[in-house]
Amino acid sequence: MLNHYETVFIVTPVLSEAQVKEAAEKFKALIIENGGKITNEENWGLRKLAYPIQKKSTGFYQLLQFEAPGETIEKLELNYRRDEKVIRFLTFRLDKHAYEYSIKRKGNLKASKEEK
Amino acid sequence: MAQNQSEIRYLTPPTVEIKKKKYCRFKKNKIKFIDYKDPEFLKKFLNEQGKILPRRITGTSLKYQRKVATAVKRARHIALLPYVTDMMK
Repeated sequence: MLNHYETVFIVTPVLSEAQVKEAAEKFKALIIENGGKITNEENWGLRKLAYPIQKKSTGFYQLLQFEAPGETIEKLELNYRRDEKVIRFLTFRLDKHAYEYSIKRKGNLKASKEEK
Repeated sequence: MAQNQSEIRYLTPPTVEIKKKKYCRFKKNKIKFIDYKDPEFLKKFLNEQGKILPRRITGTSLKYQRKVATAVKRARHIALLPYVTDMMK
């Protein structure tokens, strides 16, 4: 059964922009390969962390919203743990309120993009 | 008895705090989901040290206070909010 999930992960700032994108692509490919579908993807770019993680005070934030069967989450998190580029990750299952909120957020995010 | 009652004079007149009726902002404007990803909104529920404010101060209902608490803890996990800080606001 397809559930809606949302995952945020932080990549070390040491990498170049290309490597960050490639890391994000790797996880997206993993989700799609395991029968998931990416609904929304946001890259918040380099952001200051509220507290230093592994002696680094900034990190590249990446958000992925997707639909996937339950088993893929275990694989996804396994890869997060294995990949040393990712210093912190959080996956979150969207219930119906959260899902409506994410749709609305995607809407006004697009609107703000058009305004720019 | 009554006589010495009036004896007591206060230096400053006792200010009676007007009791502002506290309401749960989530019930009032029908917010159903508290997003852990925007720290600005969550900061309203934290004090200067970054600790979660109790319900008696913010006046939120129990159901939404728990949602706020989990959202704040998630935001702290992904370093959007600090665990402890001195001058947050």
